[in-house]
Amino acid sequence: MSRWLPSPPTTLGLLALWLLLNQSVSPGHILLGSILGLLGPFLLKRLDVPPLRLRRPGAILRLLGIFIADMIRSNIAVARVILANHPARKNGFVRIPLRLRSRYGLAALACLITATPGTSWVSYDPATGMLVIHVLDLTEGDDWSALIERRYVGLLVEIFE
Amino acid sequence: MITLHALPSWAALLIALLILTGSGLALIGALGLLRFKSFYERVHAPTLGSTLGMGCILLASMLYFSIGQTRPVVHEILIGLFITITTPVTLLLLVQATLYRDRQEGRDPLDGSNRPDA
Repeated sequence: MSRWLPSPPTTLGLLALWLLLNQSVSPGHILLGSILGLLGPFLLKRLDVPPLRLRRPGAILRLLGIFIADMIRSNIAVARVILANHPARKNGFVRIPLRLRSRYGLAALACLITATPGTSWVSYDPATGMLVIHVLDLTEGDDWSALIERRYVGLLVEIFE
Repeated sequence: MITLHALPSWAALLIALLILTGSGLALIGALGLLRFKSFYERVHAPTLGSTLGMGCILLASMLYFSIGQTRPVVHEILIGLFITITTPVTLLLLVQATLYRDRQEGRDPLDGSNRPDA
């Protein structure tokens, strides 16, 4: 968090991105990637992006695991819904009160909800913290609010707040 | 770099299976786009291709080039990363535009939420 290194995760991320893109860990590319990583956060600062702080690498890995499992499961579920095309299936909007306030946390949650087929982000009201998602297969008795809270929000709060 | 014929058969089989699964998911997604009745439902269908479908194809590509060049080739991960973090932006724009249109036409789909709409 020093003056020259305002956002270490962004710096490391840019360096990793550069090395992956060039598929090389030669000293030259590490140097170029480091320059990019050191300059990048200053550009972001000009755009009024708050510095990114990540906590608990373990929680990030756990979230990634949960996400991959959910993504595969919901892909199969939505493929079934499309192929069966049941006329009795109900879809609809679900309101979920969120305790997550971090902008990065909300952006990550938007990615998670969008990347699991069957749920899509509709709107979020920062004043009330109310999130609206659309659910493709709405079964009576499913508590989406508790599900999102238990599987994602808890970990996101740990990581970003 | 080796050609397709020189791949060991277990690898060729696995890669073919991954590509077929990935493209199959994209196909089912396209079918859903045709079958679903409302905009909000239709939005879900193509995500099959952009999530697990994409993952299968990328994994197949990583396997094919890693085995072919006998060194790890993993920069496909970046494709997955960028698609995953940019899709919500497009989706949000589309959904907000539709909400706006619906409200202009006097039927707010968010009125009385938690109630499934037909």
